[in-house]
Amino acid sequence: MKQKSLTVDLVLITLSYVAVMVALYMAFLYAPTERTMGDVQRIFYFHVPSAWASFLAFFIVCIAGIAFLKSGNEKWDKMALASAEIGVLFITIVLLTGPMWAKPVWNTYWSWDARLTTSFVLWLIYIAYLMIRQFTADNERGARFAAVFGIIGFVDVPIVYMSIRWWRTLHPGAVIAGGSGSGLAPQMLATLLVSVGAFTILFITLLRLRLKSIYLEQDVNLVKQQF
Amino acid sequence: MNTLKHIGALVYKDVLIELRSREVIWSMVVFAITVLVIFNFIFDPGTDIMQKTAPGILWVAIIFSSNLGLNRTFVKEQEAGNMQGILLTPMDRSAVFLAKMLANVIFISAVQVIMLPVMIILYDLPVTGTFGLLLLVLFLGILGFASVGTLFSAIAANTKSREIMLPILLLPVTVPVILGAIKSTQYLLSAEPLSKVYPWMRLLIGFDVIFFVVCYLLYEYVIEE
Amino acid sequence: MIRVHNVHKSFAALQVLRGIDFDIQEGEYTALLGQNGAGKTTLLRIIASLSRPTSGEVSINEFSLPKQAEQVRRQMGVVSHDPFLYGDLTAEENLKFYGKLNNLENLQERVLLVLEQVDLSVRRYDLVRTFSRGMQQRLALARALLHEPDLLLLDEPFSGLDFKSSQNLTDLLNGLHAKGTTILMTTHDLDFAITHCKRLLLIKQGKLVKDTVTQNISRDELVTAFG
Repeated sequence: MKQKSLTVDLVLITLSYVAVMVALYMAFLYAPTERTMGDVQRIFYFHVPSAWASFLAFFIVCIAGIAFLKSGNEKWDKMALASAEIGVLFITIVLLTGPMWAKPVWNTYWSWDARLTTSFVLWLIYIAYLMIRQFTADNERGARFAAVFGIIGFVDVPIVYMSIRWWRTLHPGAVIAGGSGSGLAPQMLATLLVSVGAFTILFITLLRLRLKSIYLEQDVNLVKQQF
Repeated sequence: MNTLKHIGALVYKDVLIELRSREVIWSMVVFAITVLVIFNFIFDPGTDIMQKTAPGILWVAIIFSSNLGLNRTFVKEQEAGNMQGILLTPMDRSAVFLAKMLANVIFISAVQVIMLPVMIILYDLPVTGTFGLLLLVLFLGILGFASVGTLFSAIAANTKSREIMLPILLLPVTVPVILGAIKSTQYLLSAEPLSKVYPWMRLLIGFDVIFFVVCYLLYEYVIEE
Repeated sequence: MIRVHNVHKSFAALQVLRGIDFDIQEGEYTALLGQNGAGKTTLLRIIASLSRPTSGEVSINEFSLPKQAEQVRRQMGVVSHDPFLYGDLTAEENLKFYGKLNNLENLQERVLLVLEQVDLSVRRYDLVRTFSRGMQQRLALARALLHEPDLLLLDEPFSGLDFKSSQNLTDLLNGLHAKGTTILMTTHDLDFAITHCKRLLLIKQGKLVKDTVTQNISRDELVTAFG
């Protein structure tokens, strides 16, 4: 059992290493330089997959939260916690890489457009989620609070996006229309897809490792209790 | 039928306690008015920027003061373990959420009844034919905010640093309600055509419904131990 | 009356209850003994329908928990060390509030009766905030008796009471026992348990280590088992 689980770990780690390496190669060497934005556009191959990985993570937080409330099985609670932590990591990458790209291209680090604002609000929501976990006792109740908040947080995402889009489109003089992705060169598209795949594998690997460490923590506490 | 009676008993209790202790509403009013005064320093009085930003300031005052009130009403429920006492009665759990939300809506609305005239005077707001609509927008905003707030105050009250937890949980999640409320208020106050106001009001109603349903479904998991 | 079968309660590394079994017959006066953290409060909360066991069965008068919680709540009164009373309401208002939630038909009559029972009729129009701890605890008992329960659960009801108030509460409980009410209380007061309770259950680290009729155990034996 232990042996088999370790093999899976090794396979996953190797797989994410290879996938990320391929994605790096494609992002820096294979994909052509964008005509107007130049090399800085390459950050897009990390920015978009990170956003994708964070959505995936928060989706799992929501589903695991529902499963925990319905079944009361702790494994779902641990899954939600692990996924939320990694989700926050990826959404932080999104928020950091965004301005790096925006400064040379838009000539401003930040613009309150729909996508940026939503990402920011999303970041705040899941930081709050982690705070609930930190500020409640490690018991069933704390886990239920987190589950409830995780569900609402995810239901909220499209609503936040929609409301902010409305606000910006109805508002005259929105600085930049945040459109992208249309008319991507085939090599660029391929790079993006590989990158998204690599980040997905990376996410699964991280999730698995974090889950394992959560179980290890629990085992250690069990042993401690006996002395 | 019984559920209605239970809601009645629960809300009556909250209102009675508030009438006696005057803890929640007055502290909210004082805080809200303080916000109005402080924001006044941002600009020179009489400029039209003041009227443009007034809706935002109004909602900041409502939201921040509501945070205080929401915290208080739930903490009161816990001081002597009362929530357990309520849960020990053979009563439908949903009544607890509906009653608490109703009580919160009553308290926050009561604050607006006092604060709105002050706001109108201090910020020289036009009282026009759409005043009724403005009240409706206020009510819709409060409704959305109170449903999420009722749920989250029960969570926050059980965390280690509850005073700070509530706004941290509540504000990001209620962004859509805040935005809808501010935009509707803005268009109403600047006498824009109603065709611009209605979409935002419809949106606000939509948010209210979604948030209400989700919070109603999840409340049980939050109050049970 | 009460049936507890193989009840476990755990979360993460914390195992609060590890397989508890006992039955309590109608009319018994039982003490649930144990040191702080032994799990007695958790067990009482499970029987009181406030908490769910991780596994195992609990039933009260053939109604099983948590499924038939509503029926159970109708025939059970609970007194905790927290009185569950609102300081800004009068004694009568508090009782009427709980009476309404209990769907009492002869509300006024019952309220006056239980106030009489706990000897607080004179103070019925006074705010609970002005009550001494002992009076609050008596009023809490009145609240628990409003709907004429067959079963009374008490969680450390004497904590924080002075001698006279304890005496007062003891007399009330003895009176209820004489009238046939089943009583189960948690306490760490061995002397009280030996003097008044007819049966003793001792819990240690989440396990039932002693279940005996009070007459069959000496104080010394109990102290040894307790420590």
